[in-house]
Amino acid sequence: MLAYILRRVLSAIPILVGVNLITFTLFFVVNTPEDMARMQLGAKRVTPEAIEQWKAERGYDRPLLWNAGAEGTRRLTDTIFFEKSAKLFAFDFGNADDGRSIGHEIRARMWPSLALAVPSFLVGLAVYVSAALALAFFRATYLDFWGVVVCVAMMSVSTLFYIIGGQFLVSKLWSLVPISGYQPGLDSAKFLLLPVAIALAAGFGEGVRLYRTFFLEEIGKDYVRTARAKGLAETAVLFRHVLKNGSIPILTGVVAAIPKLFLGSLLAESFFGIPGLGSYTIDAIQAQDFAVVRAMVFLGSVLTIVGYLLADISYTLVDPRVRFE
Amino acid sequence: MRTAAPTVALALAAAIASGGCGREWNDPYPAADRGKNFLYSSFIDRPKTLDPARSYTSDEWGFIQQIYEPPLQYHYLKRPYELIPQSAVDVPEPRLLDEAGRELPAGAPQSAVRYSEYEIRIRPGIRYQPHPAFAVDAQGRPLYLDLPEAEIKRKFTLADFPVSGTRELTAEDFVYQIKRLAHPRVNSPILGHLSAYVVGLRELAGTLKAENDRLVRAHQAAYGKGDRGLPWIDLRQYALSGVEVVDRYTYRIRLNGVYPQFKYWLAMPFFAPLPVEADRFYSQRGMNDGRNLTLDWWPVGTGPFMLTENNPNARMTLDRNPNFRGEPYPTEGAPGDREGGLLADAGKIAPFLDRIVYTREKEGIPYWNKFLQGYYDQSGISSDNFDQAVRIDLEGEASLTAEMEQRGIRLRTSVGTSTFYLAFNFLDPVVGGLSERARKLRQAISIAVDWEEFISIFQNGRGVPGMGPIPPGIFGYREGEAGLNPVVYEWADGRPRRKPIEVAKRLLAEAGFPGGRDERTGQPLVLHLDTVQRGPGDKPRLDWYRRQFQKLDIQLELRTSDWNRFQEKVRTGNTQLFFLGWNADYPDPENFMFLLNGPQARAKSGGENAANYQNPEYDRLFEQMKNMPNGPQRQALIDQMLRIAREDAPWSWGFHPKDYGLAHAWVSNVKPNQMARNGLKFYRIDAAMREAKRAEWNRPVLWPIGLAALALGLAAAPALAVYRRRERAPARAA
Repeated sequence: MLAYILRRVLSAIPILVGVNLITFTLFFVVNTPEDMARMQLGAKRVTPEAIEQWKAERGYDRPLLWNAGAEGTRRLTDTIFFEKSAKLFAFDFGNADDGRSIGHEIRARMWPSLALAVPSFLVGLAVYVSAALALAFFRATYLDFWGVVVCVAMMSVSTLFYIIGGQFLVSKLWSLVPISGYQPGLDSAKFLLLPVAIALAAGFGEGVRLYRTFFLEEIGKDYVRTARAKGLAETAVLFRHVLKNGSIPILTGVVAAIPKLFLGSLLAESFFGIPGLGSYTIDAIQAQDFAVVRAMVFLGSVLTIVGYLLADISYTLVDPRVRFE
Repeated sequence: MRTAAPTVALALAAAIASGGCGREWNDPYPAADRGKNFLYSSFIDRPKTLDPARSYTSDEWGFIQQIYEPPLQYHYLKRPYELIPQSAVDVPEPRLLDEAGRELPAGAPQSAVRYSEYEIRIRPGIRYQPHPAFAVDAQGRPLYLDLPEAEIKRKFTLADFPVSGTRELTAEDFVYQIKRLAHPRVNSPILGHLSAYVVGLRELAGTLKAENDRLVRAHQAAYGKGDRGLPWIDLRQYALSGVEVVDRYTYRIRLNGVYPQFKYWLAMPFFAPLPVEADRFYSQRGMNDGRNLTLDWWPVGTGPFMLTENNPNARMTLDRNPNFRGEPYPTEGAPGDREGGLLADAGKIAPFLDRIVYTREKEGIPYWNKFLQGYYDQSGISSDNFDQAVRIDLEGEASLTAEMEQRGIRLRTSVGTSTFYLAFNFLDPVVGGLSERARKLRQAISIAVDWEEFISIFQNGRGVPGMGPIPPGIFGYREGEAGLNPVVYEWADGRPRRKPIEVAKRLLAEAGFPGGRDERTGQPLVLHLDTVQRGPGDKPRLDWYRRQFQKLDIQLELRTSDWNRFQEKVRTGNTQLFFLGWNADYPDPENFMFLLNGPQARAKSGGENAANYQNPEYDRLFEQMKNMPNGPQRQALIDQMLRIAREDAPWSWGFHPKDYGLAHAWVSNVKPNQMARNGLKFYRIDAAMREAKRAEWNRPVLWPIGLAALALGLAAAPALAVYRRRERAPARAA
């Protein structure tokens, strides 16, 4: 297993270099270092000298990818791409263009993101699995039919609608929770209730339908028929056998998603005023802060790779038939 | 949503049980802050810098003008805007000097004046806010000005420095700040402009740049290129020939020639005092290494408030500065201020607030709803909420809707000291230049583009159609028929009326484009409008532009791009038509008329004349007008310049926006000020009324929770029935 993990880690390096290169290219196709300087320095009375000074201070006064004026390896290393990317692989994210330490920001902001993402994820998982099991239990009845109709209807509604509708009903009309904002610690509970509930509602249709499919696939298998033939009650068949085996694809999907919980939610954090990593990324894109954008994309890539690696490992743990060989 | 209901109910119960909520369940603020004398406000974008030498946006000034005190300020109530002392004793009058330094009489001709000199006397006894830069030990030695890097690495906010101190404000601090404007690491946006006036500033910038380059080279050799811990440059060691300390409370600034607008700069944060201790404190190695222990983040001022929490992701907090001397509330105001209750606190010592809490609110919907719930004390009005808040009567007067009035909300309106316009690029071969053909084409388009309609559709009526670049409230603007732009409007029934489209069509034909076709080639006239498209919401506006040009059978092609590309096109003169705006630096006509001054053409000199308009006569008159005191002579010159500009029509004059603001009944002493943001010291809050209103407006409605539980139960009942039937059914039907 160790050899397999090592192989996967090594194969991740070219992927990360590639992702970094694509991010870099896409960013600088749209923005030049001069644009970034103008964005930071403002629109009024900015002189060319001030722009050059800003670029020099932040290392944006070098060529992007290839320094024809340099000698030897410095042609490659004395460039914006190399200078800004090399340290990422040591998880040294450096400073944002406004001077703040990106590592410090990530450490501070991941907690509000997790405070929103973890309950949404765990409660959502429990609710979706329960609802999917119920629909599988009532398969081929009008309950199943209408359950699927509700799921499809809920899938068809935009997340933004859930957010705006939820804020209007729960916060404005019924005055039950704050409409937006965030306080650290226990006080965060009242700010997270609504976004968590909305995250559940927004993911309900898709989650339940997907898990229902997994369970129905299991229900049609021979071992389930055998269990029934042995005289087991339907609930016992469902909970002891179908849930266990149907959970394998759910579990692997879930494990792959766990690391990405750190990255937060772009939309919910923005609407609910939660100062997490999702809103950090959006702010950086709007402010053309390349340092933060590349750091967040890099972090996202690493967490995705880690997620899939964990998913592969979890396969072997929950399904003895799967081996790394 | 059905499935989410029990979660909501359970979590609500948990939250209530935890005691996290007070009476109002939706109160976003800590329960300990209830009933406190705090003002609650919001912000959208993170401030980029709070350094008074760099900051140049009104949003950032909303914070730092509560903290820094330049020598002068604008009178809080009087209109037109009037300068009064802030940290200075009085408003300085310049001494005019000739080449030999001899004083000239006040009315001396500009050509005879070589220098003008401002001597600024500051009030003794002003003290800085508590700050670790001033902290000293028992022997009077600074505690935190020579810290080892390892110790700094353990600090992340000012609260990590347990001791703070203060000291008296001196003239040296003002001089130090003026020197900072020339510092290459500060990158002040006004250095280029002021270098032309402040004697010696350009030379100092050159000296400091050379010294900085030397230090950077040595530093990079020692620490590598990316290291940001550059050694401190003590600006006291460098002379600025035009600025000198006269005594502990007096300093002098010498300017080249005559520049009467300079006094307005003295009311901006660029000229606020900065203590050398603060510069030295923040320049220690490690302070800027990702911690942002810098002047960009932690201002040091003498004003009524000080920044105690800087979390631009979520919240910024200003607390009352315990060392602030107190400032009397104005005893005089503009007509109507007394009747409006704005002089009720006359003579009382401000500030009246203990704290200002700014919460970051990026989305408009939660922001507006929190204002209606009483969690923000005042609010602007977006287009989405306009109809809910304001009604416009048949005369065009704005008043509050019944819903707003019922809540006791008050409306404040003011015309902004800004202008928005459609520019014709004078470098363009079709629409640019002073030829008769191009001029008539621009005039025709100016008539066709119906700004009254634009204001009605896209601004909810919040704007005044432009008759020229100068907005109402600024010297040079004329009301009524005297201020009419005769190229575009005619005076009818006591009001300006846009000329009929037939006039525009005739002008177009005279320009050589009858029926929207080039009479020489027969080809249709196609014009290009460069614009920034931010999203699908822009489509109605862009369609409206097209329709305006269709009135003349001109085809308008839109060249949409992002903000960067748009800026670049304007900068290089690679545009034909574009939409742009300008916010005044100070309330003087020069600050608007210079937008059409030829030597300041954007493409040629990087100046603010984005249309690259050039008319030698206009430029000649501008040189005469710009340094004159306000009076009939200046007005006559402005009238003459406006006549030229209206005839040449380098802009379709657009509109001057009106600002509408709402404030709850518990907030008093609110008067919009377009030129300054330092008025929060005069705001007063009736915290008891706010508590009562919040409780009244935010009573939790509990029946939906019960209903949700009932709905869940009802949904479960048939499932239970099916389950029982299935369990009781035989394996095989009989």
